[in-house]
Amino acid sequence: MSHWIILPVVLPAMLAPIIGFMMRHDIVLARVTSTFGTVLLLGISFVLLGMAMDGTTHIYRLGDWPAPFGIVLVLDRLSALMVTLTATLALMVLLHAMATGWDDRGKHFHALFQFQLMGICGAFLTGDIFNLFVFFEILLIASYGLMIHSGGRERMRAGLQYVVMNLAGSTLFLFALGTLYASTGTLNIADLAAKIPEIPADEAGLVRVAAMLLMIVFAVKAALFPVQFWLPATYSNAPAPVAALFAIMTKVGAYAILRVHTVVFGPGVAGTEGMIDAWLFPAAIVTIALGSIGVLGAKRLMPLISFSVVGSMGTLLVAVAAFSPVATTAALYYMVHSTFAAACLFLIADLVVSRRNGDSLTPTFATLQNGLFAAIFFAAAIAMAGMPPLSGFLGKLLVLDALRAPDVIVWAWTAILVGSLLTIVGFARAGSALFWKSTAIAAPEVAGDPVEPPSQANVAEVTPVMLTLAVLVALSVFAGPVASYLEQTSNQLFDRSGYISAVLAPVEER
Amino acid sequence: MEFLVASAIGTMTAGGVYLLLRLRTFPVILGLALLSYAVNVFIFSSGRLAIDMSPILSKYGEASYTDPLPQALVLTAIVISFGMTAVLVMISLGAFLEADSDAIDIDQTDLDEDSAK
Repeated sequence: MSHWIILPVVLPAMLAPIIGFMMRHDIVLARVTSTFGTVLLLGISFVLLGMAMDGTTHIYRLGDWPAPFGIVLVLDRLSALMVTLTATLALMVLLHAMATGWDDRGKHFHALFQFQLMGICGAFLTGDIFNLFVFFEILLIASYGLMIHSGGRERMRAGLQYVVMNLAGSTLFLFALGTLYASTGTLNIADLAAKIPEIPADEAGLVRVAAMLLMIVFAVKAALFPVQFWLPATYSNAPAPVAALFAIMTKVGAYAILRVHTVVFGPGVAGTEGMIDAWLFPAAIVTIALGSIGVLGAKRLMPLISFSVVGSMGTLLVAVAAFSPVATTAALYYMVHSTFAAACLFLIADLVVSRRNGDSLTPTFATLQNGLFAAIFFAAAIAMAGMPPLSGFLGKLLVLDALRAPDVIVWAWTAILVGSLLTIVGFARAGSALFWKSTAIAAPEVAGDPVEPPSQANVAEVTPVMLTLAVLVALSVFAGPVASYLEQTSNQLFDRSGYISAVLAPVEER
Repeated sequence: MEFLVASAIGTMTAGGVYLLLRLRTFPVILGLALLSYAVNVFIFSSGRLAIDMSPILSKYGEASYTDPLPQALVLTAIVISFGMTAVLVMISLGAFLEADSDAIDIDQTDLDEDSAK
């Protein structure tokens, strides 16, 4: 039993109160500590990735209680991948927040940031579904604080909406857990996976209710139709670096669907066979449509990017809904890609919006580094919309290739291809209004003096955006090795008996 | 007793959902509190209802016991929902003071005009 597995939870959990209580008045010290912690988290995540690479499922028993009785953390390829994704994204977002000074516009940014990382890493690592609820609450309560960071009228109102939405979701989560416990007597994911297939189909009514309730809860997190409506208002009103970090939060929902609805209610379970995908697939198709129409109709830059996030979640969940190893490989590749694409868009949008008069998509005079910003924006937009040469194209290609079954191909291909087209048009329109039409407008002059143009972005501000772009490029260049790792990941995910026997293995005598 | 507990959960849930749909902060806070009470009783009863039984295994006798796990779960749920309600009250207060309105839904015109500034 290796103690490395608990570190991604313990490290931010220790750092956050230290930053919150001892460094609350010293932003420099808080920045140094927070960066140190995030870099360390990235190092730890690489160690975990190395441990999981050989395909063994590592177990960490908290308090050394054996599995169905105590809480376990489970490290397999999927959770190692997700923790690495979180740590990489967090470092870039943190660098951006420090360079642009967002973290100094309100109190406790760094403490909340570390708590957020603790919740996300915990949710990816836990092997107990009640513990998943607890980590969800940790990441949510930190996200409430981050969402309303630096305040403002619209942000507070959008934040309130976000909190109410998620509290209602948490209540549903508890109802689902109660139902699940009443019908199976356990909340350990592996133990559930062992017990639920034994329930005959005609007695599994309660289990079906629980599976559906859990589906709705995770759909709220993953912004799936019909519970996607909170996302555009939340993301477009959150501080931009926080919105970029939230790119991983929707993926927590997608991860939970993958984990729970594959391992516990997966294919071949008599009680819930065919029920989840029958609902997930059409909902995901509608989500793609809503996202791309939203991109086309948005009048401001931040809602435009938020709607593109909704659309990408739809594409991701269409692939998840197939519940097959091939489609899951595609979904995982697209998940990694869309996280960084969304983060890149939010970060570049922050640089542009802070130098313009608001984020409405109307031409005003050009910013100083118009060319640089335009290049980065269009590169990120190409990635998000799924055009070659960046990884969005490969991701969508993998998804399309995986969805060739005769009953899904028409809907899935139409939705993804038409959705991509609408997204391209939406981004092209937004980009030309922001960057190209602006060059035709001279800076307004007041009484002979030209208005002082906004300050130039320095290297520190542009570096995090470039890093996210570099990840997207690396994802497309190393698509082969990445895809083969993800293929092993999804095979491991669908090997339910391997997961069950690894987690429920008897404790060796010492 | 089952009927009593079940109807209590049902009534609280119905009231909670109704208040939640009022979309003003104070009813919504009350509604979420009611919902969390309902879910706490629900989790508690998911380990089957039993009277006069301790949640502890006795080494020395054949005394039957009630399931201790839901009691531990409900304790966690109570602590979390208490904390969340406190956060919600503070954020609602902040939003009310900032926006001068206790409505939870945001008008589209608001979104287009105000935050474009």
